[in-house]
Amino acid sequence: MTQASAAEPDGEHTGEGVITTRALTKRYRGGQLAVDGLRLTVPAGSVFGFLGPNGSGKTTTIRMLMGLIEPTSGTAHVLGRPMPRSARAVLPHVGALIEGPALYGFLSGRDNLLRYDAADPTADPRTRRTRVAAALDRVGLTAAAGKKAKAYSLGMKQRLGLAAALLQPRRLLVLDEPTNGLDPQGMREIRTLIRELASDGTTVFLSSHLLDEIEQVCTHAAVMARGRLITQGPVADLAAGARGRLVVTTPDTADAARVLKEQGVADVVPAEDRVTGEVPERDLAEVNAALVTAGVRVRGLGVERASLEDAFVALTGEGFDVAG
Amino acid sequence: MSRAETVRKANPLWSLGLLRSELLTTFRRWRTLALLGVLAAVPVLVGIAVRIETGDGSPGGGGGGGGGPAFISQVTNNGLFLVFTALAATLPFFLPMAIGVVAGDALAGEANAGTLRYLLVAPAGRTRLLLTKYATVMAFCLVATLVVAVSALLVGALLFPLGDLTTISGTRIGFGEGLARALLIALVVAVSLIGVAALGLFVSTLTNSGIAAMATTVGLLITVQILDQIPQLHALHPYLFSHYWLSFADLMREPVYWDDLTKNLGLQALYAAVFGSAAWARFTSKDITA
Repeated sequence: MTQASAAEPDGEHTGEGVITTRALTKRYRGGQLAVDGLRLTVPAGSVFGFLGPNGSGKTTTIRMLMGLIEPTSGTAHVLGRPMPRSARAVLPHVGALIEGPALYGFLSGRDNLLRYDAADPTADPRTRRTRVAAALDRVGLTAAAGKKAKAYSLGMKQRLGLAAALLQPRRLLVLDEPTNGLDPQGMREIRTLIRELASDGTTVFLSSHLLDEIEQVCTHAAVMARGRLITQGPVADLAAGARGRLVVTTPDTADAARVLKEQGVADVVPAEDRVTGEVPERDLAEVNAALVTAGVRVRGLGVERASLEDAFVALTGEGFDVAG
Repeated sequence: MSRAETVRKANPLWSLGLLRSELLTTFRRWRTLALLGVLAAVPVLVGIAVRIETGDGSPGGGGGGGGGPAFISQVTNNGLFLVFTALAATLPFFLPMAIGVVAGDALAGEANAGTLRYLLVAPAGRTRLLLTKYATVMAFCLVATLVVAVSALLVGALLFPLGDLTTISGTRIGFGEGLARALLIALVVAVSLIGVAALGLFVSTLTNSGIAAMATTVGLLITVQILDQIPQLHALHPYLFSHYWLSFADLMREPVYWDDLTKNLGLQALYAAVFGSAAWARFTSKDITA
């Protein structure tokens, strides 16, 4: 163990990501396959969205990355070192929020952080109080620091959990559903905080079931369903994977649908006051001209960009429901 | 972030910091304080009961139900005997129950609250966390025993005369030496609880429910006490952790009779080794899913 902590954990020398897993698999004792052959690469400096419905294996994966659960087979490297074997060397550089905050209700918010900091072997006791105060300030809890944690609201507990992850400068932050239980204002603050941390060079691994959260904050994303990795890559590429749709807003939907078909638009779907279809090869200006020539009154014409949600549905062929 | 600051050396005194944090956390729980409060109340009750009974004119020690060996009748002559009486009264059940609650909750309670995963990713290290927990439970054994002893000493001094005392063997020793023996007895009683502490800690690694671990440990304690009373199980008795508990009375003999005392200490060491290793094997390989 001493030799593990002597050398510096390093993501770069492997030439790969901050988190790299190969064929990572976890089968629980009941025989249930929670994670199946996961091959994940989280690039350094990215804000990486880890997306999937409840029960898709996200939390099991995170627990394996943090050395809490032994994988059944396969390997996981964090900051270039194998987990769970190098936990002592790796984890001081990692701040984590796993499955919601967990606090000592009978201790104040500040004392909770002091306790977690005392559990970190690399934390300097001389700077402990200063660092705790700074972390509390960063998540906006300074005023409530002396209150007992059991009197905290869910949002305050979530903030305190985040503060625990920020007690030291970290190279990697693993945040499992960090905006859970926060009001819209709180969500905005936390997202701003994540962007700030990312701009300091910290890699952020963010699990969420909120697609718009991933779209707003993340540079990269991976999608899991039923324990398997569906896809991973830059968010822009993933969204582009699902093509957008042509939308014509018009009161004359029947005529518009006919003209669009004549123009070679596939999958035309008329709705109440709009007609949608696949984006055709030809210039949209010509499509518009054809519509107007045919006497269709066009209020609007454009391409609706595909969201990550569309991408997800396209990839998994299912809605964003709990996996059975 | 510069390269230099990404290498963080572990602080050599860190384990002490963790232990300090663990002690503070344990002794700030209201439950711990309530247990200590109950333990402090036992000598008060025993003292008052003896006082009332002798106040009626009847000689002390008539009833003595569960009062333990030979001590309760001496309380009226010398308050110091209340220390021995109170320890003898609390050792069969109150003290080990308190230890069972604290030890059983040590890891299972943290797992239940979810705080265990955050301690482990801090990273406290599983072996170190387990050792810290065990050290804290043993500290609690000592504190709990001292609470009983000190409370008994205060009540004894308040309600009864103090002075020279007669040992079980009939010899007289001075009050100073009596006090020293009382302290020694308190230490022996605290050490007697090490076996239960190790057992409780092992049970604590088996479950994610603090309540279940506490109940199991206290249940085992009661079972062992019952088994120790069944004459047909005579062959088993020397291996039950509670069998030699009351041997501390032998420290009040002149000369001290060491046989059962050493057997007790050996048995406690055996329990600590067996269940300590089992707890370690279990805790270091366990999937933390809570």
